[in-house]
Amino acid sequence: MSFFRLLFKNAFRHPLRAVLTVGGVGVAILAFGLLRTVIAAWYAGVESAAPDRLISRNKISITFPLPLAQKAQIERLPGVVGVTHGTWFGGIYKDPRNFFAQIAMESPESFTKFYPEIVVDPAAALDAFGTEPQAAIVGSALAERFGWKVGDVIPLKGTIYPGDWSFIIRGIYTGRKETTDVGTFYFPWNAIEQRLEKEWPDRAGHVGWWIIKIDDPAKAAAISQGVDAAFENSPDETLTETEAAFQQSFVAMSGTIILSLKVISFLIIGVILLVAANTMAMTARERVSEYAVLKTLGFGGRRIFLLIAGESILLAGLGGVLGLVLLWPTVHGVGAMLRQYFPAFPTDPVTFGMGALAALVVGLAAAIFPYWRAMSLPIARGLRRVD
Amino acid sequence: MGLLLTYSVKNLSSRRLTTLFTVLGMGLVVFVFAAVLMLAYGLEHTLVSTGSPQNAIVIRDGSNTETVSILMRDQAGAVKTDPLVALKDGLPVAANEIVVLISGTKRKNGDAANVVIRGTTPEAFVLRPEVKLVNGRMPAPGTSEVLAGASVAKNFKGCGLGEKVHFAGRDWDVVGVFDSGGRSFDSELWGDVEQVQQAFRRPIYSSITVQLRDPSRFEEFKKRLESDPRLTVEAQREREYYERQSRAGTTFIRVIGLAVTILFGLGAVFGAMITMFAAVSSRMVEIGTLRALGFSRSSVLRVFLIESLVLGLLGGALGLAAASFLSFISVSTTNWDTFSELAFRFTLSPSIILGAVLFGAIMGVVGGFLPAYRAARAGIVGSLRKA
Repeated sequence: MSFFRLLFKNAFRHPLRAVLTVGGVGVAILAFGLLRTVIAAWYAGVESAAPDRLISRNKISITFPLPLAQKAQIERLPGVVGVTHGTWFGGIYKDPRNFFAQIAMESPESFTKFYPEIVVDPAAALDAFGTEPQAAIVGSALAERFGWKVGDVIPLKGTIYPGDWSFIIRGIYTGRKETTDVGTFYFPWNAIEQRLEKEWPDRAGHVGWWIIKIDDPAKAAAISQGVDAAFENSPDETLTETEAAFQQSFVAMSGTIILSLKVISFLIIGVILLVAANTMAMTARERVSEYAVLKTLGFGGRRIFLLIAGESILLAGLGGVLGLVLLWPTVHGVGAMLRQYFPAFPTDPVTFGMGALAALVVGLAAAIFPYWRAMSLPIARGLRRVD
Repeated sequence: MGLLLTYSVKNLSSRRLTTLFTVLGMGLVVFVFAAVLMLAYGLEHTLVSTGSPQNAIVIRDGSNTETVSILMRDQAGAVKTDPLVALKDGLPVAANEIVVLISGTKRKNGDAANVVIRGTTPEAFVLRPEVKLVNGRMPAPGTSEVLAGASVAKNFKGCGLGEKVHFAGRDWDVVGVFDSGGRSFDSELWGDVEQVQQAFRRPIYSSITVQLRDPSRFEEFKKRLESDPRLTVEAQREREYYERQSRAGTTFIRVIGLAVTILFGLGAVFGAMITMFAAVSSRMVEIGTLRALGFSRSSVLRVFLIESLVLGLLGGALGLAAASFLSFISVSTTNWDTFSELAFRFTLSPSIILGAVLFGAIMGVVGGFLPAYRAARAGIVGSLRKA
């Protein structure tokens, strides 16, 4: 009997036990993959950040606006290719639970020049964005979540900017990358500005943050310092950082939750290990005499280890494959449930890699104890044991 | 019954390694299950306990939270003089406060996180009797002296007693530390309302919190304020206001946590099944003997169910015991409604204890049912012949 046939026969000698082990490892790998996907979703904003974009916000905190007059000053600084701005709107669509990001952008150029990864369909929507204050461009995931189509009128209740607002969807955007946030509602900053000029003049002329395009990502630190120095000791000091660092600061705000999820994901590997180790420990107990026979026939420690580890890796590996195959549809289902928290929910190849690695490591680790048991028992005693 | 129980327990102790693996596996699952619920409950508890049933909070209509609410000075006057506001020494028990977010730096890793600075008046301590000065002294009125909540003092640079914290172009002296007994105020800095207004150049209030003479007449108070043409405000019971802020965070933790726990709980159930099937098949002769002695099929079923129930309960107890140590850990996350840092603890509640034990028991019984059923179905003669 060839080595591999023996390995297979061993693994499926107890078909029920093999199926249960594969199933147990499979669902645990699925849970592991799901958690890693959620963790990765948190970092989607950091991943999608472009190295040539800087974000400048009010130094006090992001909730403080910046005066429009700063734009011309920033544009004159060396290394700056262009400046545009974004403003958080924070309105409520029907119910606070329907949360999604609403950002007021300066102009169509804010997309074409600063966010080339955003693809707007139809392209004419960008022209509307430049001329009509009510024109909204929404992410494809957001449109899908609420069943919106081009032409729909979307009412929002303002929180930061009081009153009732309504926008007309002129276009839907998708991302060139999987990590691009396709859950945001964009509308022209003019909509806010025109209303504030009438109703609340001292709040007009302000923006949420500056988006600065620079000529050379290697000079990001120096340019950031230049921007901040320009407004130092003014009433509106700025804090400028790369887009990735800016996004990272939001991730850091949920640091504890992410850490808990990471800890849990490793505890799950612990459970997988226990299930696999349990099976292998039973196997080893039952086969003490067989191992003694193999040793008598001249099988060395290496062959016996390969036999045991092969069986355990086979079972864990099948479990891993099962879990990862189920991961894809599960992520889609859960992604729909968590849409309000994550605008992008990518299935990361790293997640699949980690799942496969986890299965392999578990397979190896579960083999250690049975191997030790098989090798430490003297042949004579192994043969004497009768089940 | 006593005999069956002893038999079950003795069987478990005779195959220690397998029992240990199974109990550990289920223990891990229960640990995560309890930890997730403790995290969500801790967050909820911190926010819910922050509100007092005696108090009502008034913010601008539609603003959702204090951080984006804006009330004018004359509006504050109208709210304070409402006949339902409690009086003390002839003056209304009401605090008109300004809430501003500043970007603080964590002591631990230098991460930035938003901290609430609350400009308030001495009435705040009458409204919130649970807030106690634990160190230092009260700030002198009309100065840049501030009090730090216990969590802020511990976690943020420059916020400890005797330190200086810089924001809004000034250095603020931390002259005292207060403790509100785990409420969200512990995550805030408190200063003089007029000083904060001047420093941030915001001559407005964010909210007015009042103590009601008769909390049961809240609806009357609400109706009167909200129909007052001079005001565009929204009145809420303080408790409801804070409870609502806990919703987004706790829903997220529960959805993710429970989805994952159930999935890998399934993994542990498979583990328990493996153990119990092995227990059944290695004891076929004993089962036959029991049956021959006159034990009924249902007794045999019960024996094995009890055995796996004990496994599950052991796992539940182990996981719960480990999770209970988490209550010594204080964690923090961002309150996404207000965008500010909130410190809280893992908190155990009677329902979590019950839930965890029940979860362990269910895993045990579900995992043990099929094997027990197989044991009960075995024929007497067939199983005795196996010897």
